[in-house]
Amino acid sequence: MNKIMSDKKIIALYTLPALILLLVLIYVPIVLTGYYGLMEWDGIGPMTFIGLDNYKTLISDSLFWNSAYHSLLLAIFSVLSLIIYLAISLVLASQIKGADVFRKIYLIPMLLSSVAIAQLWMRIYHPSNGVMNRFLTSIGIENPPLWLSDTSLVLFAIFVPILWQYAGFYIIIYYAALRNIPNELVEAARIDGATPFQIAYKIKLPLVSGIIKVTIVLAVIGSLKYFDLIYVMTDGGPNGASEVMASYMYKLAFRTNDFGYGSAIGFFLLLLILLVTYFIRKLTTSREDNVQY
Amino acid sequence: MKKKPLTSLALVLTSLGVLSACGSTNDTDSEVNLNHSDGTREDVTIEFMHLWPQGSSADHNRIVNQIIDEFESMHPHVTIELEVLENEQYKNKLQVISSSNQLPDVGMTWPAGFLEPYVNGELFAPLDTILDDGLRDEFVAGTVEAYEIDGNTYALPLELNIAPVFYNKAIFEENDVDVPETYDDFLNVIDRLVDNGVTPIALGNRDRWTGSLWYMYLADRIGGSDALNSAIDRSGEFTDERLIDAADKIQEMVAHDAFVAGYNGLSDQEAKSEFMNNNAAMYLIGSWDLPNFTTNEEVPQDFRENVGFFKFPEVKGGDGDINSWVGGAGVGLFVAENSDVKEEAKEFVSYFIREWGKHSVEDAGVIPGTQVNTDEVDLPDLFIDVLDELNNASNITLFADVQMSASVAETHLNMIQSLFGNDVTPEEFTEAHEQALSDED
Repeated sequence: MNKIMSDKKIIALYTLPALILLLVLIYVPIVLTGYYGLMEWDGIGPMTFIGLDNYKTLISDSLFWNSAYHSLLLAIFSVLSLIIYLAISLVLASQIKGADVFRKIYLIPMLLSSVAIAQLWMRIYHPSNGVMNRFLTSIGIENPPLWLSDTSLVLFAIFVPILWQYAGFYIIIYYAALRNIPNELVEAARIDGATPFQIAYKIKLPLVSGIIKVTIVLAVIGSLKYFDLIYVMTDGGPNGASEVMASYMYKLAFRTNDFGYGSAIGFFLLLLILLVTYFIRKLTTSREDNVQY
Repeated sequence: MKKKPLTSLALVLTSLGVLSACGSTNDTDSEVNLNHSDGTREDVTIEFMHLWPQGSSADHNRIVNQIIDEFESMHPHVTIELEVLENEQYKNKLQVISSSNQLPDVGMTWPAGFLEPYVNGELFAPLDTILDDGLRDEFVAGTVEAYEIDGNTYALPLELNIAPVFYNKAIFEENDVDVPETYDDFLNVIDRLVDNGVTPIALGNRDRWTGSLWYMYLADRIGGSDALNSAIDRSGEFTDERLIDAADKIQEMVAHDAFVAGYNGLSDQEAKSEFMNNNAAMYLIGSWDLPNFTTNEEVPQDFRENVGFFKFPEVKGGDGDINSWVGGAGVGLFVAENSDVKEEAKEFVSYFIREWGKHSVEDAGVIPGTQVNTDEVDLPDLFIDVLDELNNASNITLFADVQMSASVAETHLNMIQSLFGNDVTPEEFTEAHEQALSDED
């Protein structure tokens, strides 16, 4: 077996299918999207080359910046929620009773499809029959909030299921990382008289900082390109109050048949995500250098 | 119009996988058929793509297959090759294959705004030759026109709908209110119901076109059928006094608590279930929902017996006619411009339209674009009444979002949601429309 694996041709043969799939399904469409972004195109008829006009429109498009602001808010909340997940994982990893059961409970939302989660939360938020408002009326609140139709509430109402959906994923990652910390380190600290808080803050956190960085990047990227729950639950509405960049792009391309502009937004989104990832990496690397072990 | 928004995401997400798997299933059928051919004429295959899968539209699907079987046995040299996709998938696939010029010989399209880019791209063939064979007279007046661009007709309608206000007779009786005939009566009915703790109107305005129906009716009753139409076709302006007045009346209804709580966040599907669970007294929707109120065995019978409908009330001093309806043609059949079996495809479309008209109402509850003789069909009374209204209609105004080009329609729909949500004033509402429409020129 080892002999086969060292044969370069065999290696090439084995990686080829994945490579071709990646090229055809990811990289070629990316290049094409960039190309369409320079065109005026309704997705059906002939294309006209208009250079960077779509990007000029983009810069002055208040609806787009509005959706970008919502995406940014989602990213901020996603990153902040990581702190809670980390705290939960610290508790779980400190070998409390039933940690395994909790871990599985937290993971369940991850196993549901986004559409199912959306349907579930739409029932929870239903203005008259929803669990939420039934509860609120039963404790005497007369006009409970209209979660998904109030323009000032809808965005935050929809953040809840989005964050809830991924909680289990991050908890699992943190939990695994924390469990990998050698016990001797924790023992040694304890013998030296460190409090549980000091152990968590000074020993465990620095040791999982690499993982934390990865999750921050994942949370930010995931938020910036987030689409599915919003599409199903509110379709970006009411009146654009829950529109994010990806749903705005979808709307322009598939509803208004403006494939050129839609592609430009898609490509811009890609550049934005690359840029953000780069900066997060940069920021977190410099901090790592200062960490004293 | 989109009727199943809840499932659409699932469809979009699975479409990639399904698209690649389709198209090969009928190969064996076509080989069998070759043996039946008489050999004198060259065998041809007509590719036909439709959006009524057996799973979700069993009745539609059965009628289609029946018509195809008949056509094939009448024309032994023709084989129809089918491809069936769900609504949303269908739309996406049509767009994708049209950009690579691989449209099926015969397929389904929506009228007006949807049709336009396909016609501009010269992808659909004009079908006037079929219409001139006498088929034109069989259509309900004004339906074919929705598929007309620059004097040519590019598709023939299979569906026709109008939107009555459905109401729950039992709720009306319990609260001692009568069917309103004027807008003022209507507000009184609403106030009465609200006072008695009953939700007057179920509205799922997350889908936006549902709210658009209300606005269109008010515009029609105040300004007559030309106020809105001329604003859209640019012979008039959207900042017209009458259109502002209609927007104002929408907000008046909102202020009277006419609509179900949280209407801007509810889908049409959810609103419908409010109505069907006797939680709301009225529901304005297209006649495509008639089967739910009549023949659908899954809906409790005592609910179905309680459903009636009325024409949208008149507005005092308005130019509108109570027999004018909001509605219009649904999907229609097109023939691809670059089809290599154009003649056969046209023949098939012509045959299909006629046969569909004979069966669709009775067997699937779909009102066809062609006239239905209500004496000859066996249908529930509610259905017959709506069909009769359709035959007496003085005017049918095509759904605004279908009439408009896609990008103006998007502005319109967003504005509708804002108007209902009190986020804009009636003046801002009409100005935004005017702006979008004039940008288009």
